[in-house]
Amino acid sequence: MRIFRMLARSIRDAFKSVIRNFSLSLASISCITITLIIVAIAIMASFNVQNFTKEIEKDLTIVIFLNNDATEEDISRVEDEIRQIPNVDRKSITFESKQEVKEDMQNQSEVFDTVLDGWDNNESPLKDTFQVKVKNVEKISTTAERIGNIDTVNTVRYGEGMVDQMISAFSSIEKVTYGVVIALVIVTVFLIVNTIKLTISARRREIGIMRLVGASNFTIKTPFIIEGMILGLLGSIIPVIFTTYGYLAFYKHFNGYLFTQLIQLIKPEPFIYSTSGIVVIIGILVGMVGSASAVRKYLKI
Amino acid sequence: MDLIRIKNVEKKYKNGVTAIYDLNLAIQKGSFTFVIGGSGSGKSTLIKMLYREEKPTKGQIIVGGLDVAKLRNTKVYKLRRKLGIVFQDYRLLPKLTVYENVAFAMEVIGASKEKTRIKVLRALEEVGLKNKVHNYPDQLSGGEQQRVAIARAIVNDPKLLLCDEPTGNLDPERSMEIMKVLDNINKTRGTTIIMATHDKEIVNRMKKQVATLKDGHLVNFKQKGTYVDENI
Repeated sequence: MRIFRMLARSIRDAFKSVIRNFSLSLASISCITITLIIVAIAIMASFNVQNFTKEIEKDLTIVIFLNNDATEEDISRVEDEIRQIPNVDRKSITFESKQEVKEDMQNQSEVFDTVLDGWDNNESPLKDTFQVKVKNVEKISTTAERIGNIDTVNTVRYGEGMVDQMISAFSSIEKVTYGVVIALVIVTVFLIVNTIKLTISARRREIGIMRLVGASNFTIKTPFIIEGMILGLLGSIIPVIFTTYGYLAFYKHFNGYLFTQLIQLIKPEPFIYSTSGIVVIIGILVGMVGSASAVRKYLKI
Repeated sequence: MDLIRIKNVEKKYKNGVTAIYDLNLAIQKGSFTFVIGGSGSGKSTLIKMLYREEKPTKGQIIVGGLDVAKLRNTKVYKLRRKLGIVFQDYRLLPKLTVYENVAFAMEVIGASKEKTRIKVLRALEEVGLKNKVHNYPDQLSGGEQQRVAIARAIVNDPKLLLCDEPTGNLDPERSMEIMKVLDNINKTRGTTIIMATHDKEIVNRMKKQVATLKDGHLVNFKQKGTYVDENI
Protein backbone atom coordinates (compact mmCIF):
# COMPACT_ATOMS: atom_id res chain seq x y z
CA MET A 1 0.00 0.00 0.00
CA ARG A 2 2.67 2.43 1.06
CA ILE A 3 4.70 1.89 -2.08
CA PHE A 4 1.63 2.56 -4.24
CA ARG A 5 0.88 5.78 -2.39
CA MET A 6 4.46 6.94 -2.88
CA LEU A 7 4.34 6.00 -6.57
CA ALA A 8 1.03 7.80 -7.09
CA ARG A 9 2.52 10.85 -5.41
CA SER A 10 5.61 10.69 -7.61
CA ILE A 11 3.57 10.41 -10.78
CA ARG A 12 1.36 13.33 -9.73
CA ASP A 13 4.40 15.47 -8.97
CA ALA A 14 6.02 14.51 -12.26
CA PHE A 15 2.98 15.53 -14.31
CA LYS A 16 2.68 18.80 -12.39
CA SER A 17 6.29 19.54 -13.13
CA VAL A 18 5.97 18.77 -16.86
CA ILE A 19 3.09 21.23 -17.06
CA ARG A 20 4.76 23.86 -14.87
CA ASN A 21 7.92 23.96 -17.02
CA PHE A 22 5.93 23.55 -20.19
CA SER A 23 8.21 25.43 -22.61
CA LEU A 24 11.31 23.50 -21.68
CA SER A 25 9.37 20.25 -21.53
CA LEU A 26 8.14 20.97 -25.04
CA ALA A 27 11.70 21.52 -26.23
CA SER A 28 12.76 18.18 -24.78
CA ILE A 29 9.74 16.43 -26.21
CA SER A 30 10.39 17.82 -29.71
CA CYS A 31 14.01 16.81 -29.49
CA ILE A 32 13.03 13.29 -28.48
CA THR A 33 10.46 13.26 -31.30
CA ILE A 34 13.03 14.17 -33.95
CA THR A 35 15.55 11.70 -32.58
CA LEU A 36 13.04 8.90 -32.44
CA ILE A 37 11.81 9.51 -35.99
CA ILE A 38 15.36 9.12 -37.22
CA VAL A 39 15.87 6.13 -34.95
CA ALA A 40 12.70 4.59 -36.40
CA ILE A 41 13.94 5.16 -39.95
CA ALA A 42 17.30 3.66 -39.05
CA ILE A 43 15.69 0.65 -37.45
CA MET A 44 13.37 0.01 -40.38
CA ALA A 45 16.16 0.51 -42.91
CA SER A 46 18.61 -1.73 -41.13
CA PHE A 47 16.08 -4.50 -40.57
CA ASN A 48 15.19 -4.35 -44.25
CA VAL A 49 18.83 -4.41 -45.29
CA GLN A 50 19.45 -7.34 -43.00
CA ASN A 51 16.41 -9.08 -44.38
CA PHE A 52 17.35 -8.84 -48.01
CA THR A 53 21.05 -9.50 -47.50
CA LYS A 54 19.94 -12.70 -45.83
CA GLU A 55 17.73 -13.46 -48.80
CA ILE A 56 20.61 -12.82 -51.19
CA GLU A 57 22.99 -14.80 -49.03
CA LYS A 58 20.69 -17.77 -49.30
CA ASP A 59 20.95 -17.64 -53.09
CA LEU A 60 24.57 -16.67 -53.46
CA THR A 61 26.63 -19.64 -54.67
CA ILE A 62 30.22 -20.15 -55.69
CA VAL A 63 30.50 -22.35 -58.76
CA ILE A 64 33.80 -24.20 -59.15
CA PHE A 65 34.83 -25.59 -62.51
CA LEU A 66 37.48 -28.32 -62.52
CA ASN A 67 39.99 -29.05 -65.28
CA ASN A 68 38.73 -31.25 -68.10
CA ASP A 69 41.20 -34.02 -67.25
CA ALA A 70 40.20 -34.25 -63.60
CA THR A 71 40.18 -37.82 -62.33
CA GLU A 72 37.98 -39.37 -59.66
CA GLU A 73 40.80 -38.93 -57.09
CA ASP A 74 41.24 -35.29 -58.07
CA ILE A 75 37.54 -34.71 -57.51
CA SER A 76 37.48 -36.20 -54.02
CA ARG A 77 40.73 -34.42 -53.10
CA VAL A 78 39.29 -31.04 -54.23
CA GLU A 79 36.15 -31.71 -52.25
CA ASP A 80 38.20 -32.42 -49.12
CA GLU A 81 40.18 -29.25 -49.58
CA ILE A 82 37.02 -27.16 -50.03
CA ARG A 83 35.62 -28.72 -46.90
CA GLN A 84 38.59 -27.48 -44.92
CA ILE A 85 37.97 -23.80 -45.72
CA PRO A 86 36.26 -22.38 -42.62
CA ASN A 87 33.91 -20.00 -44.44
CA VAL A 88 32.44 -22.78 -46.55
CA ASP A 89 29.05 -24.08 -45.54
CA ARG A 90 29.85 -27.82 -45.64
CA LYS A 91 26.30 -29.02 -45.95
CA SER A 92 25.81 -26.98 -49.09
CA ILE A 93 28.60 -28.57 -51.14
CA THR A 94 27.10 -30.26 -54.18
CA PHE A 95 28.91 -31.97 -57.01
CA GLU A 96 27.76 -32.18 -60.59
CA SER A 97 29.71 -34.36 -63.02
CA LYS A 98 30.18 -33.56 -66.71
CA GLN A 99 27.55 -36.11 -67.51
CA GLU A 100 25.03 -34.51 -65.16
CA VAL A 101 25.77 -31.05 -66.49
CA LYS A 102 25.27 -32.31 -69.99
CA GLU A 103 21.95 -33.90 -69.17
CA ASP A 104 20.88 -30.77 -67.39
CA MET A 105 21.62 -28.67 -70.42
CA GLN A 106 20.01 -31.15 -72.78
CA ASN A 107 16.87 -30.97 -70.73
CA GLN A 108 16.91 -27.21 -70.92
CA SER A 109 16.76 -26.82 -74.69
CA GLU A 110 16.52 -28.85 -77.87
CA VAL A 111 19.44 -27.00 -79.49
CA PHE A 112 21.78 -28.09 -76.69
CA ASP A 113 20.26 -31.53 -76.85
CA THR A 114 21.31 -32.10 -80.46
CA VAL A 115 24.70 -30.37 -80.18
CA LEU A 116 25.75 -32.15 -77.02
CA ASP A 117 24.46 -35.53 -78.03
CA GLY A 118 27.48 -36.19 -80.27
CA TRP A 119 30.11 -35.82 -77.51
CA ASP A 120 31.08 -38.53 -75.13
CA ASN A 121 32.56 -37.75 -71.73
CA ASN A 122 36.23 -37.75 -72.77
CA GLU A 123 36.01 -35.14 -75.50
CA SER A 124 33.30 -33.05 -73.86
CA PRO A 125 34.23 -29.37 -73.31
CA LEU A 126 32.01 -29.36 -70.26
CA LYS A 127 33.64 -29.48 -66.84
CA ASP A 128 32.89 -31.19 -63.55
CA THR A 129 31.51 -28.58 -61.14
CA PHE A 130 31.08 -28.01 -57.45
CA GLN A 131 28.52 -25.62 -56.02
CA VAL A 132 29.29 -24.17 -52.63
CA LYS A 133 27.60 -21.70 -50.32
CA VAL A 134 29.44 -19.59 -47.80
CA LYS A 135 28.66 -18.68 -44.23
CA ASN A 136 29.76 -15.06 -44.40
CA VAL A 137 28.95 -13.34 -47.66
CA GLU A 138 31.20 -10.37 -47.00
CA LYS A 139 34.22 -12.71 -47.23
CA ILE A 140 32.98 -14.48 -50.36
CA SER A 141 35.72 -13.04 -52.59
CA THR A 142 38.60 -14.31 -50.41
CA THR A 143 36.94 -17.69 -50.11
CA ALA A 144 36.51 -17.86 -53.86
CA GLU A 145 40.14 -16.90 -54.34
CA ARG A 146 41.27 -19.62 -51.95
CA ILE A 147 39.24 -22.20 -53.80
CA GLY A 148 40.73 -20.96 -57.06
CA ASN A 149 44.21 -21.80 -55.78
CA ILE A 150 43.39 -25.46 -55.25
CA ASP A 151 45.05 -27.80 -57.73
CA THR A 152 42.94 -28.95 -60.71
CA VAL A 153 40.43 -26.15 -60.10
CA ASN A 154 40.09 -24.36 -63.38
CA THR A 155 37.88 -21.37 -62.70
CA VAL A 156 35.73 -20.04 -59.89
CA ARG A 157 32.61 -17.93 -60.44
CA TYR A 158 30.24 -16.10 -58.12
CA GLY A 159 28.00 -13.07 -58.52
CA GLU A 160 30.95 -10.66 -58.33
CA GLY A 161 30.49 -6.96 -58.79
CA MET A 162 26.90 -6.05 -58.36
CA VAL A 163 26.23 -8.04 -55.19
CA ASP A 164 29.47 -6.91 -53.58
CA GLN A 165 28.74 -3.26 -54.27
CA MET A 166 25.20 -3.45 -53.11
CA ILE A 167 26.10 -5.06 -49.82
CA SER A 168 28.92 -2.64 -49.09
CA ALA A 169 26.75 0.36 -50.02
CA PHE A 170 23.98 -0.70 -47.70
CA SER A 171 26.33 -1.50 -44.87
CA SER A 172 27.94 1.94 -45.10
CA ILE A 173 24.51 3.58 -45.14
CA GLU A 174 23.74 1.59 -42.01
CA LYS A 175 26.91 2.79 -40.30
CA VAL A 176 26.18 6.46 -41.09
CA THR A 177 22.65 6.17 -39.71
CA TYR A 178 23.95 4.59 -36.53
CA GLY A 179 26.37 7.51 -36.12
CA VAL A 180 23.60 10.08 -36.60
CA VAL A 181 21.33 8.23 -34.18
CA ILE A 182 23.97 8.09 -31.46
CA ALA A 183 24.76 11.81 -31.85
CA LEU A 184 21.07 12.71 -31.64
CA VAL A 185 20.51 10.51 -28.61
CA ILE A 186 23.37 12.28 -26.82
CA VAL A 187 21.95 15.73 -27.66
CA THR A 188 18.54 14.63 -26.42
CA VAL A 189 19.94 13.30 -23.17
CA PHE A 190 21.64 16.67 -22.58
CA LEU A 191 18.37 18.50 -23.20
CA ILE A 192 16.56 16.29 -20.74
CA VAL A 193 19.32 16.81 -18.17
CA ASN A 194 18.69 20.55 -18.47
CA THR A 195 14.93 20.22 -18.20
CA ILE A 196 15.17 18.12 -15.08
CA LYS A 197 17.84 20.41 -13.67
CA LEU A 198 15.39 23.30 -13.92
CA THR A 199 12.73 21.27 -12.17
CA ILE A 200 15.15 20.38 -9.43
CA SER A 201 16.25 23.96 -8.84
CA ALA A 202 12.62 25.09 -8.77
CA ARG A 203 12.01 22.57 -6.03
CA ARG A 204 15.21 23.00 -4.02
CA ARG A 205 13.37 24.20 -0.93
CA GLU A 206 10.86 21.40 -1.09
CA ILE A 207 13.63 18.82 -1.49
CA GLY A 208 15.46 20.24 1.53
CA ILE A 209 12.34 19.96 3.65
CA MET A 210 11.60 16.47 2.36
CA ARG A 211 15.04 15.46 3.44
CA LEU A 212 14.56 17.01 6.89
CA VAL A 213 11.26 15.30 7.58
CA GLY A 214 12.69 11.90 6.71
CA ALA A 215 11.88 11.22 3.06
CA SER A 216 14.23 8.56 1.69
CA ASN A 217 16.45 9.46 -1.25
CA PHE A 218 14.46 7.06 -3.36
CA THR A 219 11.26 8.99 -2.61
CA ILE A 220 12.92 12.27 -3.49
CA LYS A 221 14.45 11.06 -6.74
CA THR A 222 11.58 9.03 -8.16
CA PRO A 223 9.38 11.98 -9.30
CA PHE A 224 12.24 13.39 -11.38
CA ILE A 225 12.97 10.08 -13.03
CA ILE A 226 9.28 9.58 -13.75
CA GLU A 227 9.22 13.09 -15.23
CA GLY A 228 11.99 12.06 -17.63
CA MET A 229 10.07 8.94 -18.56
CA ILE A 230 6.93 10.99 -19.22
CA LEU A 231 8.92 13.30 -21.52
CA GLY A 232 10.24 10.24 -23.36
CA LEU A 233 6.79 8.74 -23.66
CA LEU A 234 5.22 11.96 -24.95
CA GLY A 235 8.12 12.35 -27.37
CA SER A 236 7.51 8.90 -28.85
CA ILE A 237 3.87 9.48 -29.83
CA ILE A 238 4.57 11.11 -33.19
CA PRO A 239 7.38 8.67 -34.10
CA VAL A 240 5.06 5.74 -33.43
CA ILE A 241 2.38 7.22 -35.71
CA PHE A 242 5.08 7.92 -38.27
CA THR A 243 6.38 4.35 -38.07
CA THR A 244 3.00 2.69 -38.32
CA TYR A 245 1.41 4.73 -41.09
CA GLY A 246 4.64 5.76 -42.81
CA TYR A 247 5.90 2.25 -43.36
CA LEU A 248 2.48 1.03 -44.40
CA ALA A 249 2.25 3.76 -47.04
CA PHE A 250 5.82 3.13 -48.15
CA TYR A 251 5.19 -0.60 -48.49
CA LYS A 252 2.00 -0.06 -50.45
CA HIS A 253 3.57 2.52 -52.71
CA PHE A 254 6.35 0.16 -53.79
CA ASN A 255 4.19 -2.99 -53.76
CA GLY A 256 6.55 -4.69 -51.38
CA TYR A 257 9.69 -4.36 -53.53
CA LEU A 258 12.29 -1.63 -53.64
CA PHE A 259 13.49 -0.74 -57.19
CA THR A 260 13.96 -4.35 -58.30
CA GLN A 261 12.41 -7.69 -57.53
CA LEU A 262 15.67 -8.53 -55.79
CA ILE A 263 15.03 -6.26 -52.84
CA GLN A 264 12.01 -7.50 -51.01
CA LEU A 265 10.63 -5.35 -48.17
CA ILE A 266 9.62 -6.83 -44.84
CA LYS A 267 5.85 -7.27 -44.52
CA PRO A 268 4.33 -4.42 -42.42
CA GLU A 269 2.68 -6.68 -39.88
CA PRO A 270 3.92 -7.38 -37.25
CA PHE A 271 7.07 -5.44 -38.23
CA ILE A 272 5.56 -1.97 -37.57
CA TYR A 273 4.35 -3.00 -34.15
CA SER A 274 7.67 -4.36 -33.00
CA THR A 275 9.43 -1.27 -34.39
CA SER A 276 6.95 1.00 -32.59
CA GLY A 277 7.60 -0.95 -29.41
CA ILE A 278 11.34 -0.47 -29.78
CA VAL A 279 10.85 3.25 -30.47
CA VAL A 280 8.73 3.72 -27.33
CA ILE A 281 11.22 1.80 -25.20
CA ILE A 282 14.13 3.87 -26.54
CA GLY A 283 12.15 7.08 -25.83
CA ILE A 284 11.44 6.08 -22.25
CA LEU A 285 15.00 4.90 -21.70
CA VAL A 286 16.50 8.12 -23.08
CA GLY A 287 14.20 10.14 -20.80
CA MET A 288 15.10 7.98 -17.86
CA VAL A 289 18.85 8.07 -18.45
CA GLY A 290 18.75 11.85 -18.92
CA SER A 291 16.80 12.49 -15.75
CA ALA A 292 18.75 9.92 -13.73
CA SER A 293 22.02 11.61 -14.62
CA ALA A 294 20.52 15.05 -13.83
CA VAL A 295 19.30 13.74 -10.49
CA ARG A 296 22.71 12.30 -9.72
CA LYS A 297 24.55 15.49 -10.70
CA TYR A 298 22.29 18.14 -9.24
CA LEU A 299 20.65 16.36 -6.36
CA LYS A 300 23.60 15.56 -4.14
CA ILE A 301 21.64 14.33 -1.17
CA MET B 1 17.99 6.34 30.26
CA ASP B 2 20.02 8.34 27.82
CA LEU B 3 18.48 9.19 24.48
CA ILE B 4 21.60 10.92 23.24
CA ARG B 5 25.18 10.03 24.06
CA ILE B 6 28.01 12.15 22.73
CA LYS B 7 31.53 10.83 23.28
CA ASN B 8 34.79 12.67 22.54
CA VAL B 9 33.28 14.48 19.60
CA GLU B 10 35.35 16.91 17.61
CA LYS B 11 34.19 18.85 14.59
CA LYS B 12 36.63 20.51 12.28
CA TYR B 13 35.25 22.17 9.16
CA LYS B 14 37.00 21.87 5.84
CA ASN B 15 38.11 25.50 6.00
CA GLY B 16 40.20 24.61 9.06
CA VAL B 17 37.91 26.07 11.72
CA THR B 18 37.32 23.78 14.68
CA ALA B 19 33.78 24.29 15.94
CA ILE B 20 33.65 21.64 18.67
CA TYR B 21 36.52 20.30 20.81
CA ASP B 22 36.29 16.98 22.64
CA LEU B 23 32.65 17.13 23.62
CA ASN B 24 31.10 14.63 26.05
CA LEU B 25 27.42 14.87 26.81
CA ALA B 26 24.55 12.57 27.71
CA ILE B 27 20.95 13.68 27.43
CA GLN B 28 18.15 11.83 29.16
CA LYS B 29 14.92 10.73 27.60
CA GLY B 30 12.13 13.21 28.26
CA SER B 31 14.43 16.05 29.29
CA PHE B 32 14.38 19.67 28.08
CA THR B 33 17.83 21.06 27.43
CA PHE B 34 18.98 24.50 26.37
CA VAL B 35 22.23 24.76 24.50
CA ILE B 36 23.51 28.27 25.01
CA GLY B 37 26.55 30.20 23.95
CA GLY B 38 27.59 33.21 21.93
CA SER B 39 27.99 33.31 18.18
CA GLY B 40 30.62 30.85 17.03
CA SER B 41 30.42 28.84 20.23
CA GLY B 42 29.42 25.73 18.30
CA LYS B 43 25.80 25.37 19.39
CA SER B 44 24.45 25.28 15.84
CA THR B 45 27.15 22.81 14.87
CA LEU B 46 26.12 20.59 17.76
CA ILE B 47 22.46 20.64 16.67
CA LYS B 48 23.49 19.99 13.05
CA MET B 49 25.52 16.98 14.10
CA LEU B 50 22.54 15.59 15.99
CA TYR B 51 20.41 15.45 12.84
CA ARG B 52 23.43 14.64 10.71
CA GLU B 53 23.56 17.72 8.59
CA GLU B 54 27.22 17.65 9.64
CA LYS B 55 29.34 14.64 10.53
CA PRO B 56 31.75 14.77 13.48
CA THR B 57 35.43 14.49 12.50
CA LYS B 58 36.12 12.44 15.62
CA GLY B 59 34.10 10.65 18.27
CA GLN B 60 30.74 9.01 18.52
CA ILE B 61 27.18 10.31 18.60
CA ILE B 62 24.37 7.92 19.46
CA VAL B 63 20.82 9.14 19.01
CA GLY B 64 18.11 6.68 19.99
CA GLY B 65 20.40 3.72 19.32
CA LEU B 66 21.59 4.98 15.92
CA ASP B 67 25.27 5.72 15.46
CA VAL B 68 24.88 9.05 13.71
CA ALA B 69 28.56 9.51 12.82
CA LYS B 70 28.58 6.23 10.91
CA LEU B 71 25.23 6.74 9.22
CA ARG B 72 25.53 6.60 5.43
CA ASN B 73 24.01 9.39 3.41
CA THR B 74 21.37 7.12 1.93
CA LYS B 75 20.28 6.00 5.42
CA VAL B 76 19.94 9.46 6.96
CA TYR B 77 16.17 9.31 6.60
CA LYS B 78 16.07 6.60 9.27
CA LEU B 79 17.45 9.08 11.78
CA ARG B 80 15.27 11.95 10.58
CA ARG B 81 12.12 9.92 11.10
CA LYS B 82 12.98 9.64 14.78
CA LEU B 83 13.32 13.35 15.30
CA GLY B 84 11.66 16.66 14.49
CA ILE B 85 13.56 19.82 13.64
CA VAL B 86 12.54 23.47 14.03
CA PHE B 87 14.56 26.32 12.53
CA GLN B 88 14.79 30.03 13.07
CA ASP B 89 13.46 30.70 9.56
CA TYR B 90 10.48 28.27 9.83
CA ARG B 91 11.15 26.62 6.41
CA LEU B 92 7.55 26.27 5.34
CA LEU B 93 6.43 25.71 1.75
CA PRO B 94 4.76 28.98 0.65
CA LYS B 95 2.39 27.39 -1.87
CA LEU B 96 0.89 24.93 0.59
CA THR B 97 -1.69 25.69 3.27
CA VAL B 98 -1.01 25.19 6.96
CA TYR B 99 -2.65 21.77 6.82
CA GLU B 100 -0.73 20.73 3.70
CA ASN B 101 2.55 21.91 5.16
CA VAL B 102 2.13 19.68 8.19
CA ALA B 103 0.68 16.82 6.13
CA PHE B 104 3.71 17.03 3.83
CA ALA B 105 5.85 15.40 6.53
CA MET B 106 3.45 12.48 6.68
CA GLU B 107 2.94 12.19 2.94
CA VAL B 108 6.61 11.88 2.02
CA ILE B 109 7.04 8.91 4.30
CA GLY B 110 4.00 7.29 2.74
CA ALA B 111 1.40 7.51 5.50
CA SER B 112 -2.24 6.92 4.57
CA LYS B 113 -4.63 9.87 4.12
CA GLU B 114 -6.77 8.93 7.08
CA LYS B 115 -3.84 8.53 9.45
CA THR B 116 -2.34 11.77 8.14
CA ARG B 117 -5.56 13.69 8.75
CA ILE B 118 -5.91 12.54 12.35
CA LYS B 119 -2.29 13.23 13.23
CA VAL B 120 -2.09 16.59 11.45
CA LEU B 121 -5.19 17.90 13.18
CA ARG B 122 -3.92 16.69 16.54
CA ALA B 123 -0.54 18.35 16.03
CA LEU B 124 -2.16 21.62 14.93
CA GLU B 125 -4.40 21.55 17.95
CA GLU B 126 -1.39 21.12 20.22
CA VAL B 127 0.23 24.25 18.81
CA GLY B 128 -3.08 26.13 18.92
CA LEU B 129 -3.63 26.64 15.19
CA LYS B 130 -6.67 24.48 14.56
CA ASN B 131 -8.62 27.51 13.35
CA LYS B 132 -6.05 28.38 10.68
CA VAL B 133 -5.66 25.09 8.79
CA HIS B 134 -6.65 26.57 5.43
CA ASN B 135 -4.48 29.68 5.60
CA TYR B 136 -1.24 30.06 3.67
CA PRO B 137 2.02 30.80 5.51
CA ASP B 138 2.15 34.42 4.28
CA GLN B 139 -1.22 35.06 5.92
CA LEU B 140 0.21 34.15 9.33
CA SER B 141 2.37 36.05 11.82
CA GLY B 142 5.92 34.93 12.50
CA GLY B 143 4.90 33.26 15.74
CA GLU B 144 2.12 31.38 14.02
CA GLN B 145 4.42 30.27 11.21
CA GLN B 146 6.85 28.93 13.77
CA ARG B 147 4.03 27.03 15.44
CA VAL B 148 3.16 25.46 12.07
CA ALA B 149 6.80 24.40 11.79
CA ILE B 150 6.60 22.89 15.29
CA ALA B 151 3.42 21.02 14.35
CA ARG B 152 5.21 19.65 11.29
CA ALA B 153 8.16 18.59 13.45
CA ILE B 154 6.00 16.65 15.93
CA VAL B 155 3.41 15.20 13.56
CA ASN B 156 5.36 11.95 13.22
CA ASP B 157 5.55 11.52 17.01
CA PRO B 158 9.33 11.84 17.19
CA LYS B 159 11.24 10.96 20.34
CA LEU B 160 13.43 14.00 19.95
CA LEU B 161 12.72 17.60 18.96
CA LEU B 162 15.67 19.73 17.91
CA CYS B 163 15.22 23.50 17.83
CA ASP B 164 17.86 25.77 16.35
CA GLU B 165 17.11 29.29 17.65
CA PRO B 166 13.34 28.91 17.15
CA THR B 167 12.62 32.30 18.72
CA GLY B 168 15.42 34.14 16.96
CA ASN B 169 13.07 36.07 14.68
CA LEU B 170 10.34 36.75 17.23
CA ASP B 171 9.60 39.44 19.81
CA PRO B 172 9.73 38.45 23.51
CA GLU B 173 5.97 37.97 23.79
CA ARG B 174 5.75 35.63 20.77
CA SER B 175 8.87 33.88 21.97
CA MET B 176 7.22 33.03 25.26
CA GLU B 177 4.23 31.63 23.38
CA ILE B 178 6.54 29.34 21.44
CA MET B 179 8.23 28.29 24.67
CA LYS B 180 4.87 27.42 26.20
CA VAL B 181 4.07 25.25 23.21
CA LEU B 182 7.43 23.50 23.44
CA ASP B 183 7.15 23.02 27.19
CA ASN B 184 3.70 21.57 26.71
CA ILE B 185 4.98 19.12 24.10
CA ASN B 186 7.77 18.11 26.45
CA LYS B 187 5.35 17.52 29.31
CA THR B 188 2.38 15.88 27.59
CA ARG B 189 4.19 13.84 24.93
CA GLY B 190 7.38 13.20 26.83
CA THR B 191 9.35 14.34 23.78
CA THR B 192 12.98 15.09 24.52
CA ILE B 193 13.73 18.67 23.47
CA ILE B 194 17.08 20.24 22.74
CA MET B 195 16.99 23.92 21.93
CA ALA B 196 19.86 26.13 20.91
CA THR B 197 19.32 29.76 21.85
CA HIS B 198 21.05 32.91 22.98
CA ASP B 199 17.93 34.43 24.52
CA LYS B 200 18.86 35.11 28.17
CA GLU B 201 15.29 35.90 29.22
CA ILE B 202 13.92 32.57 28.01
CA VAL B 203 16.62 30.46 29.61
CA ASN B 204 16.26 32.16 32.95
CA ARG B 205 12.49 31.95 33.01
CA MET B 206 12.15 28.32 31.92
CA LYS B 207 14.62 26.90 34.49
CA LYS B 208 15.57 23.86 32.43
CA GLN B 209 18.74 21.85 31.97
CA VAL B 210 21.40 24.08 30.42
CA ALA B 211 24.53 23.15 28.47
CA THR B 212 26.84 26.13 27.98
CA LEU B 213 29.30 26.14 25.09
CA LYS B 214 32.20 28.54 24.76
CA ASP B 215 34.52 28.53 21.75
CA GLY B 216 33.69 24.91 21.05
CA HIS B 217 34.17 23.68 24.62
CA LEU B 218 31.44 22.55 26.98
CA VAL B 219 32.00 24.79 30.00
CA ASN B 220 28.92 24.09 32.05
CA PHE B 221 26.12 21.50 32.16
CA LYS B 222 23.59 21.59 34.96
CA GLN B 223 19.95 21.11 35.94
CA LYS B 224 17.81 24.20 36.30
CA GLY B 225 20.58 26.30 34.91
CA THR B 226 20.61 29.97 34.15
CA TYR B 227 22.29 32.12 31.58
CA VAL B 228 25.46 33.29 33.26
CA ASP B 229 27.23 36.04 31.37
CA GLU B 230 30.77 35.34 32.53
CA ASN B 231 30.55 31.82 31.13
CA ILE B 232 29.93 33.06 27.63
